Amino acid sequence: MAFVAPKETYAGKVFEVAIGTDKPVVFGGENVLPFHSFEGNVPSRPVIAFEIQDTAPDDWPETVKKAHAGVSGDPVTWAKHCQDALGAKAIALRLVGTHPDRENRSPEEAAKTVRDVLAAVTVPLIILGSNNVEKDSAVLVAVAEAAKDRNCIIGKAQEANYKTIAAAAMANSHKLIAMSELDINLSKQLNILITQMGFDKEKLITDPMCSALGYGLEYTYSVMERIRLAALTQNDATMQQPMLGDVGMYVWKVKETQAPEADLPQWGSLAERGIAWETATAGSLILAGAELLIMRHPEAVKAVEKFIDELL
Amino acid sequence: MLIIGEKLSIIAKRVREAMLNKDKGPIQEIATNQWKQGAGMIDANIGPAEDGGEELMQWMVTTIQEVVPLPICLDTTNFKAVEAGLQVHNNEWGRPLINSTSNDPERFPMMEIAAKYNAQLIGLTVGKGGLPADAEERAAIAAEIMARAMEYGIPLEDLFLDPLVLQIATSQDHALHVIKAVKMFQELNDPAMKTVVGLSNISNGCPRALRPILNKYYLTLLTYEGLTAAIADPHEVAETVKTTDVIMGKTLYAHSYLEM
Repeated sequence: MAFVAPKETYAGKVFEVAIGTDKPVVFGGENVLPFHSFEGNVPSRPVIAFEIQDTAPDDWPETVKKAHAGVSGDPVTWAKHCQDALGAKAIALRLVGTHPDRENRSPEEAAKTVRDVLAAVTVPLIILGSNNVEKDSAVLVAVAEAAKDRNCIIGKAQEANYKTIAAAAMANSHKLIAMSELDINLSKQLNILITQMGFDKEKLITDPMCSALGYGLEYTYSVMERIRLAALTQNDATMQQPMLGDVGMYVWKVKETQAPEADLPQWGSLAERGIAWETATAGSLILAGAELLIMRHPEAVKAVEKFIDELL
Repeated sequence: MLIIGEKLSIIAKRVREAMLNKDKGPIQEIATNQWKQGAGMIDANIGPAEDGGEELMQWMVTTIQEVVPLPICLDTTNFKAVEAGLQVHNNEWGRPLINSTSNDPERFPMMEIAAKYNAQLIGLTVGKGGLPADAEERAAIAAEIMARAMEYGIPLEDLFLDPLVLQIATSQDHALHVIKAVKMFQELNDPAMKTVVGLSNISNGCPRALRPILNKYYLTLLTYEGLTAAIADPHEVAETVKTTDVIMGKTLYAHSYLEM
């Protein structure tokens, strides 16, 4: 008798999310563990968004700053470059300049930046605050309005500020990122609280909080894996949202992406090291179940896209 | 845990009057409430129904399924009424469950009907000789019911074994016998046999204030031993079911788990 590979069947399915209007991008929708297409249906591939900022990326390490040299001084130019020259399928605009410890830009200024970027590109936009809970609740409300009906992703809503941000995302027909800090139970709780406000559970994206290889990646991996198992094996509708890996921000601040070759020759080429670090972190998270990644280095994005091609 | 809503029983005065007068209002209201409180199936207990049972069961099945998208547990000793009910049952919302057959030859026609209509069937582990003494006797009767079900062509996964919950006030020993029986029944087949209990029988005859307490703690212990289904008041046991699911790792914990 020929060997028949055992197949799992799952009770649940990940919600399918479409973002953007002109060139909508779809992710999620699978009813199997990541890349288990031999067991069920995997209608979409994970989506990688290129990260840009509202201010020049002076604090980014050289390797990744160089990759965006000449365009990163202005978010509109930068966004167009990502779309046209780098072939970005989506763009993540991080409004770091609104942070009170940075340029402390006003919600109105942020809204203008968003309008300008939206006017310049056709790929879907992910609009991120500066991760300051008070400021984000003002900034993200203004930018959600500025981007009304463009079907963007707004983020990130956290336990301390989800009410205003979720209400703004709902009123302006956006998707919403719900972020909790590496705790599966709090992640579920936040999704419940947001949906209890009347926010559609199928318009949420879960961010269980990212971490870089060597800096707690295994925690993120494990939380993502358990969220996906709850979604699929327990058919838990509060855990069936696609997941985000906000990779670039975490990777490009660790020592391995910055330490010069002169100091640590045994670590090899700095440029290759940074790209490899972002690739390995992102690759791990798509194996854990992330459907949406935010990344910085074009070469790392290319490598992860190739990895996805091979796995699908 | 499959909760089979027990509230539509002829024993309840309001339900009995609605059945007599063919008044859909109360039946549909009770059915809807049970569905919203988490019932996965609705028990329609029309009693022995010697006169007009067929018509009554058909009326119950259609009246309930007009408003609630759930399968029905057809609860009567009148097998003609069961057959009539199955003829109008809407299988789009799940397969019906017959309540019940046993090891008493008078109840064997239920097997024939279950096979004919591809219905699921409760096998109450009693025979003609009176109540089983302990878990072992219940398991022996269960094995006989299983053998007979197979003769009738009923797949064992369609059979729910019921160890017969007795009143704690009069038969305290049986509370543990039943828990043990639930465990033993599962071992009678691979995949494990399904099990069901009439939960509130444990507290029958007890003071009203004690009944929910007895029912809920008993359900927890039975769930731990692997019980598949309980005929119970969904409102009363909702918290118990959700909490036990969390403790047993079947649902992921979140502070708001009771609200889900």
